[in-house]
Amino acid sequence: MATQAMFRIWRGDPAGGEFRDYITPIEEGMVVLDAVHRIQAQQATDLAVRWNCKAGKCGSCSAEINGMPKLMCMTRLSDLNLDMPVILEPMHTFPVIRDLVTDVSWNFRAKRTIKEFRPRSPDSPDGTWRMQQADVERVQEFRKCIECFLCQDVCHVLREHHKQDEFIGPRLLVYVAALEMHPLDTEDRMRDLKQKHNIGYCNITTCCRQVCPESITITENAIIPLKERVVDRFFDPLKQIFHIL
Amino acid sequence: MPEFERFSYDVLVIGAGGAGLRAAIESAVCGAKVGVVCKSLLGKAHTVMAEGGIAAALANVDDRDNWRVHFADTMRGGQYLNNWRMAELHAKEAPECVRELEAWGALFDRTKDGRILQRNFGGHRYPRLAHVGDRTGLEMIRTLQDHGIHAGMEVHMECTVLSLLLDSGRIAGACGYDREKGRFHLWQAKAVVLATGGMGRAYKITSNSWEYTGDGLALAYRAGAELQDMEFVQFHPTGMVWPISVRGILVTEGVRGEGGVLRNSAGRRFMFDEIPDLYKDQTADTEEEGWRYTQGDRNARRPPELLTRDHVARCINREVKAGRGTPHGGVFLDIAWIGKQLPKSEEHIKRKLPSMYHQFKQLADLDITKEPMEVGPTTHYMMGGIRVDGDSQMSTVPGLFAAGEAAAGLHGANRLGGNSLSDLVVFGRRAGRFAAEFAKSNSAPAKIDEEQLQSTAADALAPFERGPSGENPYQIQYDLQEAMQSLVGIVRTENEMQQAVEMIAQLHTRADRVGIVGNREYNNGWHTAMDLGNLLVVSEAITRAALLRKESRGAQFREDFPAKDAEWGKHNIVVRRGADGEMRAEKRALPPIPVELKAVIEEMK
Repeated sequence: MATQAMFRIWRGDPAGGEFRDYITPIEEGMVVLDAVHRIQAQQATDLAVRWNCKAGKCGSCSAEINGMPKLMCMTRLSDLNLDMPVILEPMHTFPVIRDLVTDVSWNFRAKRTIKEFRPRSPDSPDGTWRMQQADVERVQEFRKCIECFLCQDVCHVLREHHKQDEFIGPRLLVYVAALEMHPLDTEDRMRDLKQKHNIGYCNITTCCRQVCPESITITENAIIPLKERVVDRFFDPLKQIFHIL
Repeated sequence: MPEFERFSYDVLVIGAGGAGLRAAIESAVCGAKVGVVCKSLLGKAHTVMAEGGIAAALANVDDRDNWRVHFADTMRGGQYLNNWRMAELHAKEAPECVRELEAWGALFDRTKDGRILQRNFGGHRYPRLAHVGDRTGLEMIRTLQDHGIHAGMEVHMECTVLSLLLDSGRIAGACGYDREKGRFHLWQAKAVVLATGGMGRAYKITSNSWEYTGDGLALAYRAGAELQDMEFVQFHPTGMVWPISVRGILVTEGVRGEGGVLRNSAGRRFMFDEIPDLYKDQTADTEEEGWRYTQGDRNARRPPELLTRDHVARCINREVKAGRGTPHGGVFLDIAWIGKQLPKSEEHIKRKLPSMYHQFKQLADLDITKEPMEVGPTTHYMMGGIRVDGDSQMSTVPGLFAAGEAAAGLHGANRLGGNSLSDLVVFGRRAGRFAAEFAKSNSAPAKIDEEQLQSTAADALAPFERGPSGENPYQIQYDLQEAMQSLVGIVRTENEMQQAVEMIAQLHTRADRVGIVGNREYNNGWHTAMDLGNLLVVSEAITRAALLRKESRGAQFREDFPAKDAEWGKHNIVVRRGADGEMRAEKRALPPIPVELKAVIEEMK
């Protein structure tokens, strides 16, 4: 393994910026975030980077590494071609704050527009519920989400078409799926999905699923079933007739 | 003169991990106007890293469990230095708080009859930990976050508090800065809840993220509150040791709960070599009995790998020091061996420990279903913290509350795994409720100390004036971590700790000369510099308390006083700021425990 590597890091703020090169020593087992920390401690103390757990569990250190949306803490240097500079950029879909840090607050605001969990009344006199493991597991897949927002970053509806005001993006569609398929939930979010959250904008290019660090099958397990439910409710010709009758 | 953006609340919660969010929800439910200030984005706090589960005597898996057993287990684990009232309330209220999480959407793993499944964990007599695979903390924080955003609270993300404000001795709010632009903020409040978590960043090897610099403890200390049990720092026995860059990252105790065993380089299960007297009757005699226990045999006793964390960490330390460690200076933690006992063990491991599988596969290139892991102790948790009233969680400063890891009392000299997630919700809820009540029954503080605001801002900006000629903040933090790791670690001596006190004083002087380049916008160097003062206060408190306690008990092991001392068993150590501004550590007698609770402890011995 090489003993040093070059990192080409975007430095700047909303007014603009540029790539700057940093050469730093590397060791076996290092991840991109380690190299960024080393550069920060020794060469650029004001380099802005957001991180927390350093173990792929909190979803804070999202960035674009050689053009691919990834968590810096889970990207090992040994998986990158170090003969070339490693290019680090902030996520493109969100407004930049500084350097590698972006303003992801839209995701939090958009989440509040989704109707919250509403459980059925308890199954047992002691106020508790009964659920089967199999039913729980289906939703647990969605609840693995660490809110790194890499799926939002790569979603072309948000990234290219900037439909943040009309579309909630894959992360929040997964959130809606987790609520809708929750064994206890009684809320109905179908009309919102169609009219407010515009699930129809998604044309299932599966980019989101491909970048998910938690390997959640975003499109097949979450979005497509939701789309089917919406179609079932609003576009089924038989049901339309019943509705008229 | 720097400007402050001003906000006003009934209750201000500082910290948005499990305790902070639970407190904020409760305060809001009680009708208070609530503000939450957190250092990171919402949902990223360290609670997210909790893996194994939340301890509550639901008795879903073993009907012999009840609050009395949980209470006795917690007291035994804490070597009887716990605040008995907190241990009692915790054991009684944890089941209700777990059910509350379920009512808010948390999806725990299930028993065959559809109830919440519970797993075995160190120091708990019966399977007691409600869990979601090995990502229980994520489930909990997301549940609280998603419930909380509809409960009515204003959240200030990525803001750091620099100082608490007082008005005639009672709390009046807090001031600090936001990371994005480096603007100053004033949050006025009738009551403040500190839920800032721990201080792992004082040590070199830690499972904690950058945020855990003991902010709440230092803020409370400076505001005149008392700290307690600061000598008790939990070193979790199993952190990753390789690759170097991930050293310290947590490997859940759940691995051992599912049957994982510890071996030294000679292949010996060394945990059988030394069983503490307190646990002799509860520990398996043979490997076979230990395995049966992990598989739910009610007549079997727990394997020694599931002894309390302080003990397991010391045994690992002993093996490594004796030259029986692994190539990277740890011991082996083997879950793959269960393949001999269970069909389809690979799927079983991946289902029960998915994050661990993922973590090792991705960070260490190691398949835990096939090979043993290398693990070693990592700084994980602060048992000590702000001294609070057991019922209300109020500190010695009127209107200032604390909950979760930032508060002391529940865990005594050593915390049982799983008792922290339950701590967060039980005492987060209590702190939130009592803070709201305090706010209701007290008028708004009369005035804000504008002078203090200006001097706080001036101190915060001083490093920019020194610029590149000042000290590098990262280097000071690094030097402190080295000192604490080597001088006030798992094994402690008088001499080394005296050295640490001197080094901390020197680091204080250096921290006063720290210099920052760049501007105030999202400047990580500046943030690191602002945290240094807190880390130094907390490190000094740990060291002074550890020096004073001349015995070994729970997480504190003194090589020069290796035995337990009955007299010390009757005292906590309280740290506070003296009138001269110097730090004082003093003995404080434990409050007397009621007869009926004493009887519970005796009965369960």
